[in-house]
Amino acid sequence: MARPVLQVDNLTVEFPTRRGTLRAVDDISFRIDAGEVLGVVGESGAGKSMTGTAVIGLLEPPGRISGGRVQLEGARIDHLPHDQMRRLRGQRIGMIFQDPLTSLNPLYTIGFHLTETIRTHTDRGEAEARARAIELLTEVGIPAPAQRIDQYPHHFSGGMRQRVVIALALCAEPRLVIADEPTTALDVSIQAQIIQLLKRLCREHGTSVLLITHDMGVIAETADRVAVMYAGRIVEVGPVREVVQNAKHPYTEGLMDAIPKIGGRTEDLAQIRGTMPRLSQIPAGCAFHPRCPRAFDRCRQERPELLDAGASRAACWLHAGEPAGAGTGRGGGERG
Amino acid sequence: MSVAERPLLQVRDLAKTFDVSPPLLNRVLQGQPQAFVQAIDNVGFDIPRGTTFSLVGESGSGKSTVARVVVGLYRPTRGSVTFDGTDLASIRGRRQMAPLRRRWAMIFQDPYASLNPRWRVRTIIAEPIRVHGLAAGAAAIRRRVGELLELVGLSAADGEKFPHEFSGGQRQRISIARALASEPEFLVCDEPTSALDVSVQAQILNLMKRLQRELGLTYLFISHDLAVVYHISDYVGVMYLGRLVEWAPAHALFTRPQHPYTRMLLEAIPDLEMSGRARTPVGGEVPSPIQPPDGCHFHPRCPFADGDRCQREVPATLDIAGGGQVRCHAVAERRMPPADTHTRGG
Repeated sequence: MARPVLQVDNLTVEFPTRRGTLRAVDDISFRIDAGEVLGVVGESGAGKSMTGTAVIGLLEPPGRISGGRVQLEGARIDHLPHDQMRRLRGQRIGMIFQDPLTSLNPLYTIGFHLTETIRTHTDRGEAEARARAIELLTEVGIPAPAQRIDQYPHHFSGGMRQRVVIALALCAEPRLVIADEPTTALDVSIQAQIIQLLKRLCREHGTSVLLITHDMGVIAETADRVAVMYAGRIVEVGPVREVVQNAKHPYTEGLMDAIPKIGGRTEDLAQIRGTMPRLSQIPAGCAFHPRCPRAFDRCRQERPELLDAGASRAACWLHAGEPAGAGTGRGGGERG
Repeated sequence: MSVAERPLLQVRDLAKTFDVSPPLLNRVLQGQPQAFVQAIDNVGFDIPRGTTFSLVGESGSGKSTVARVVVGLYRPTRGSVTFDGTDLASIRGRRQMAPLRRRWAMIFQDPYASLNPRWRVRTIIAEPIRVHGLAAGAAAIRRRVGELLELVGLSAADGEKFPHEFSGGQRQRISIARALASEPEFLVCDEPTSALDVSVQAQILNLMKRLQRELGLTYLFISHDLAVVYHISDYVGVMYLGRLVEWAPAHALFTRPQHPYTRMLLEAIPDLEMSGRARTPVGGEVPSPIQPPDGCHFHPRCPFADGDRCQREVPATLDIAGGGQVRCHAVAERRMPPADTHTRGG
């Protein structure tokens, strides 16, 4: 099997607080292959953004990786010194955040952002970098790039800014792009444009993507595989079609049913009772059991690991009857 | 027309212009002209009693401005809003307004920003009761607040807590309880679920539908999410750069969209059924509302624009067979191909 671009094993992120240590990401494992788009979906507080920031080493103290490994193309990156990690970001991992304005400095022109990034990560000279910047702007669909390159971020609309951020992320031809809610701040018609752009560019450049979003629609359109997170854990992972249409975990099922769909019935929506637990009050056993319509005794006592469930894997005792598989989701029950 | 048949809300030829001119000094010294934004332009619709009318559109389309004019937060530049037969422009002074004002309420998008963090929930909910004098004595008010909290799915004991002790969905329930405190007939809801997670959104939408059934409420619902709108609406209006380009009964709008912009919006919804349906990418972005295109505002992005009339002439309002209205030259001239049905599985 080819070496994955990103492999995460038993990653745990903790926040020490006055009232005890909170575990925001709890022992999760996943891999992303070359050219693959892995969607990470979940509601607020599920730990999806925390997973992304842990992978690129941007956790805000006192948050820290307290266990597990992150490997980029076979080399560990979770314990790299600060300056090496800095070089790696941008060069081998590109980043796209929700709000393009936070990624762009309002005092610099678009061209400065791009040429500086290109010159930091490649050995191109000034003129070459500028030519490359114009090329990139053309590629992300900015009209009249030769003129617009000398404008400032406030001259650009929200959708155009996000295009610039995508160009910035791709400057150094990274192997992996981490996109955290890249379309959430945009209008629907612009959102569709940005999704298509991101998909096309990653296909053309062979870039892998870790796509973090709360929007199942965006996942369904973009991802190859999906990991569904709940209360810091991956509860289900599998091919996108399988997860969206044939969910194996009761939480994923509930989530899919709660989404209003055009053309569906317009009576009451299915709803998941209750709310996601706070990090300080995660129930014993399966974290979802107090809200789960199909919970039984074992769910209250024992925490399920990812088990084979058809083409997907789900952390749910309902699938315990099937032969357990080995692989990325193994073990990890050694909870402190 | 009898009172029962009369729409609860009638909006006619509504327009609102905002002055966005540079400061006077810049205008005098640098010769900069005055500038205006036509936030809404010639908007008209009716909301029958007990139904939900939704306005959808992208940012800057003017949907929130309509909501604010309707509840009286902004004065319209032109046009009229008639609530249960009373033209709001004819009302003089607070005293005349008060009895009417009690009959509608508003729910906002951000449940974090719309509740006073220093007040207990019971004080927040009791405020409209006190202001309108709807219950006498502390005990009666407290009882009413408890009823309201239970009505929205919280418990009476929650009244003692502060807003920060609740999750986003629970806060939105508190906002709804406060809105219902004055016993209104009409609620204006401006993106009430946009800040919420999907599973919580489902809870709030179900709650709103239940309250509508039980209390006979009428909703004006503002949203950018077409799937939510499909779910909750009886009628849907689509806005683009300040104009209502199409409105129709919800089912008709989703199955037989007329206006090219409506079709574009429906196309842009991510496909959860994963039918592999090829999506036609829509180019372009919403132009600046300060200098909207002449003629039909949508013509620069419209695949059906004819290059002449669409660029010069503002489309007239045209009735759609089976209810609703549309403003489009291509529809009027029968140049539009028939709409393929956009509802999947329906």
